[in-house]
Amino acid sequence: MKQVHFPLLSALTLSLTLVGCGSNVKLNEVAVEDRSGAPTAVSQAPAPAPAPAPALAPSAAGRAVAPVEIRSADSAAAGPAGVARVIYFDYDSFSIRPEFQSAVDAHSRFLTSNTARKIAIEGHTDERGGREYNLALGQKRAEAVRRSMTLLGVAESQIEAVSLGEEKPAQTGSTEEAYARNRRAEVNYR
Amino acid sequence: MQSSSTARADNVKNDLSYANFERRAALKALSAAGLMGFTALPAWAQFRVEVSGVGLTQLPIALPLFTGEAQAPQKISAILRADLERSGMFRAVDAEGLKADENTRLDAGMWRQRGADSVATGSITLLADGRFDVRVRLWDVVRSQDLGGQSHVVSAADLRLAAHRVADFIYEKLTREKGIFATRIAYVTKSGTRFNLWVADSDGENAQSALISPEPIISPSWSPTGAQLAYVSFESRKPVIYSHDVATGKRRLLANFKGSNSAPAWSPDGRQLVATLSRDGGSQIYAMDVNGSEPRRLTQSSSIDTEPTYTLDGQSIYFVSDRGGAPQIYKMAANGSNPQRVTFTGNYNISPALSPDGRWMAYISRIGGAFKLHVMDLASGVSSAITDTSADENPSFAPNSRLILYVTQQQGREALMTSTLDGKVKARLTGAVGDIREPDWGPFTR
Repeated sequence: MKQVHFPLLSALTLSLTLVGCGSNVKLNEVAVEDRSGAPTAVSQAPAPAPAPAPALAPSAAGRAVAPVEIRSADSAAAGPAGVARVIYFDYDSFSIRPEFQSAVDAHSRFLTSNTARKIAIEGHTDERGGREYNLALGQKRAEAVRRSMTLLGVAESQIEAVSLGEEKPAQTGSTEEAYARNRRAEVNYR
Repeated sequence: MQSSSTARADNVKNDLSYANFERRAALKALSAAGLMGFTALPAWAQFRVEVSGVGLTQLPIALPLFTGEAQAPQKISAILRADLERSGMFRAVDAEGLKADENTRLDAGMWRQRGADSVATGSITLLADGRFDVRVRLWDVVRSQDLGGQSHVVSAADLRLAAHRVADFIYEKLTREKGIFATRIAYVTKSGTRFNLWVADSDGENAQSALISPEPIISPSWSPTGAQLAYVSFESRKPVIYSHDVATGKRRLLANFKGSNSAPAWSPDGRQLVATLSRDGGSQIYAMDVNGSEPRRLTQSSSIDTEPTYTLDGQSIYFVSDRGGAPQIYKMAANGSNPQRVTFTGNYNISPALSPDGRWMAYISRIGGAFKLHVMDLASGVSSAITDTSADENPSFAPNSRLILYVTQQQGREALMTSTLDGKVKARLTGAVGDIREPDWGPFTR
């Protein structure tokens, strides 16, 4: 982009001069190349058919965005057989209901006798409210289960309490039933 | 993107026909069109500027078709109009059928008759090398005065950017404040099981994908230079904070401590990051060097402390805490000392965003089950709701402090919106396809 001085223009235009913006052609080519220069930490998945093709059209200097794609990769390991892995919570509550205490006990027994095993306790919330605040609320649920297990003798090093907030609902929909299904903590063996 | 911009061009042609109408009639026609199912056409959305309330002072400006625009891939005058109207400071007056370019002598009498205080005329010319020369001249109709001109020589792909820069030029000349149209925004879409972090123009258009993931992405936060986005990614089945250079795609783990890592916000100098970590049990706020350091714990509560955001001077941090029993917004010194409560009305106040000029705080307050965007005048503490929607989320300010970007639901669908601080002028932006969420308005970049 260059500045053209029209007859009546004055110093005002000078301040608006856009330096170097006219020379963006080369830069565009670089930006497209950058795609393959994506970080090694992230696996580049093969483009699936309906991929929202990222705009690779030439863009202004410094404006090109290099897209990165992440492949899903997670698998759960087996824990104790026949023990519930999901603990449900009441609305606005972070205490473990009595009917889930036996499941917490069983996981704790398993972990204290299998000290090489580790779990993630994932706290979840329903969809109402802010995402970040819900993340903190889900953390509170995960921490409640973690504390309960450590009181039963499970080593801190075997447990990671994390939150997925409202991001991974067990059931979609804006009904009381869905909300109740989503207010939960999941025990996942690694 | 090529195909969609072709489609967009066609739609814009339709849009221009409504320049025939007076503004009010045009708005009516648009809402009728919306009911008739035109909502599927993205180009209509950028023209959906709602004006409510009285006492608005808007500068009437004429934006006739640029010479050569009909043959150009982007409708410059339509983009200018959408930008300027969205700002709340301008009202486009009827310029249908009038032809003028940057070399045309001003017919002040004619424009005065049409109610315009200013007029921007220009041209788009295809150059031999395939680029376009966009030229504009701005006139003060009242004083019959030439206010200056610009030329932008750009590739076809950058015509929208050139239009936004022209809109900034006009805005700055006529309001004497910096324009924000050429800045960028980030937002996330969810489409099926696919999450996409986009970097788009300030009108939501021209979205470029920065990150595609099968797991959620939340809380994107622009670095002060506009080069990096920090965000929370769930790709390792827990929330982890990355910084992401949008030009190269290079990502760096900023916080992956035991437990959850979330709510990143940059210090104004770009050297520090504040974030919510649960490494010590419970969600607490920590500060860390962007180049890696042991996080320093700033809050010491047994409650939730989250959503930190620095003031522009870097001296204070606003954040959300439920230490009083319900989530409220607090302020503390940047080292964590001297926390003071900021919100006192209602029992659910979250997501504080501070205007760069330091005068305003936007936040979300729950009122009778509805989540509503509020703006507080920080000097007086007086606050008001500025929307009539009930699922508002995630406000952020334009870098000139004049507009707020947020998401809400309209007719059961996610909508990316801008609003003036008084709520009187709102616009629904066209975003990328999918459920749209987590917008963040980027900084001025030069």
